[in-house]
Amino acid sequence: MAQQILLNNIEVPGLASFEVYRKLGGYASVEKTLKNFTPDEVTAEVKKSGMRGRGGAGFPTGMKWGFIDKSTNNPRYFVCNFDESEPGTFKDRHIGQLNPHQLIEGMILGSYALGARTSYIYIRGELFYVLRIIEKAIEEAYAKGFLGENILGSGYSLDLYCHPGGGAYICGEETALIESLEGKRGNPRIKPPFPAIVGLYDCPTVVNNVETIAALPWIMNNGADAYAAIGVGNSKGTKLISACGHINKPGIYEIELGLPVEEFIYSDQYCGGIRNGNKLKAVVAGGSSVPILPADLILRTAKGEPRLMSYESLAEGGFETGTMLGSGGFIVMDDTTCMVKNLLTFARFYHHESCGQCSPCREGTGWMEKILQRIEDGRGTMKDIDLLVSISKHIEGNTICPLGEAAAWPVASAVRHFRQEFEDHVKLQQCPLSK
Amino acid sequence: MQNTKQTSEFSSETLELVNKIIKRYPEGRQKSALLPLLHIAQSENSGWLSSETMDYVASLLEIQPIEVYEVASFYSMFNLQPVGNCVIEVCQTGPCWLKGSEDLLAHFEKKLGIKPGETTADGRFTIKTVECLAACGNAPVIQVGTEYHENMTSEKADQLLSKWTAENKCSHTNPYL
Repeated sequence: MAQQILLNNIEVPGLASFEVYRKLGGYASVEKTLKNFTPDEVTAEVKKSGMRGRGGAGFPTGMKWGFIDKSTNNPRYFVCNFDESEPGTFKDRHIGQLNPHQLIEGMILGSYALGARTSYIYIRGELFYVLRIIEKAIEEAYAKGFLGENILGSGYSLDLYCHPGGGAYICGEETALIESLEGKRGNPRIKPPFPAIVGLYDCPTVVNNVETIAALPWIMNNGADAYAAIGVGNSKGTKLISACGHINKPGIYEIELGLPVEEFIYSDQYCGGIRNGNKLKAVVAGGSSVPILPADLILRTAKGEPRLMSYESLAEGGFETGTMLGSGGFIVMDDTTCMVKNLLTFARFYHHESCGQCSPCREGTGWMEKILQRIEDGRGTMKDIDLLVSISKHIEGNTICPLGEAAAWPVASAVRHFRQEFEDHVKLQQCPLSK
Repeated sequence: MQNTKQTSEFSSETLELVNKIIKRYPEGRQKSALLPLLHIAQSENSGWLSSETMDYVASLLEIQPIEVYEVASFYSMFNLQPVGNCVIEVCQTGPCWLKGSEDLLAHFEKKLGIKPGETTADGRFTIKTVECLAACGNAPVIQVGTEYHENMTSEKADQLLSKWTAENKCSHTNPYL
């Protein structure tokens, strides 16, 4: 059994209540940390753990904390990114709904390390039912003295609040999230300056993903070395993988990084194989933004080595033959799936979610959706296929935020690996797989 | 038959909640409470935001009406036109599509005789297509108010529609309560 840091107690009835959570050792890390660690020592511990941001970018968390400007008297803010919206990703909801106190405990640790006196959990507006669960847990934490004035007599005070979004994928981008938290449209900011210098209300701010924050109590309880001992290479610790699509057992799995992809897909402990005994056709391994890979390349690298669930192994081969771990949104497609139609749904998504600030993204995502619709409907030409790739190349690298890349990569990779299927749509003047 | 009544001011209980929310943000940063207030205002005004309702929210936060309009029009959860009593939001993004969201949507359309964006003549139901609701493991998924309904099938859709029709379901309830 793999080491469980985030899901070990997830099935305990009543885990969302303070009583049950506390009985299982909850909030021990806060007692330990406020007593024995200075804020900078917490940051050092997180650096040493090798934890990388679990929202998708995989940036080292301790390093991000290290950038925060502590040189001024301005307030500093710690913000939880609970805007989970990347198609295929549904792990943060699981934590918020079933184990809210672990998130709150992590928020206290991160806030203490950064010197934040007010922190926010920005949660997508569709998840109001989860927001209510977290708000109730926050109330309990206040009542028990883990939030509010002078926590456990340490002299450290913290206020924690939830803030709902309004339905905009782009607010998962940290500067758009900050704008949204200020009551504005979710338009990403030009960087630099980075939020660690100029963030929420122009003050130094760190934004971290739910899963990252929820792992902090374990790191402070067990030490950075214990965390770094899990995993492989520069992929330390455990990762939540939310698996969906044509598998027998969709769900949320906590894996030790380094697990072979083949085992993850076919073992009964995880996805349990492909539905109806069908053949595996393709996988989007880290949320809809990362390049899609055909069955042979997701199971083995181009060099023929077994592909592992780690940052490095999934990226092996670059974008020619590799992909990314991303958010851990693992979308599996069997051999009945049309690659054009699947891509069309993603293109529509990015078109809908583009904030509209940068023309290459605002216009290009719409053009890609239109062309894909044309090809899927049997009205496309061979030139359209190259046009798609050309548009994606012109979006990539030409936008303020990574939504441009997120929209471009799925298109470029689908054509790269499944060009024949696009051409078949054009030749047959219809979708070869449609009913 | 759609409800187009003028905005009403918040009750004293709602105002208490509103003031509690505004206090969560630093002094002078009350604009931060805009998204929470728009959610509440929409739920108390038949599920949509008229310009009168948005002007009222602007006055509560002491900001210009345009600052409210530009935000309300950016976020997909806010309806700027009247909607039915019960808004059914059907996810159509990749993972839901892989598990049959197109058939599910077609089923709702057939049962209610309307297309996405439309409201039934009796004002009861509106269908809206939405992008990823982040519950892909239990696809296909729909949202009604603050409820998710997961692992949807046409049978389940029929059961829910009968239930909602019988109880005259309203999806516009204060999301904080």
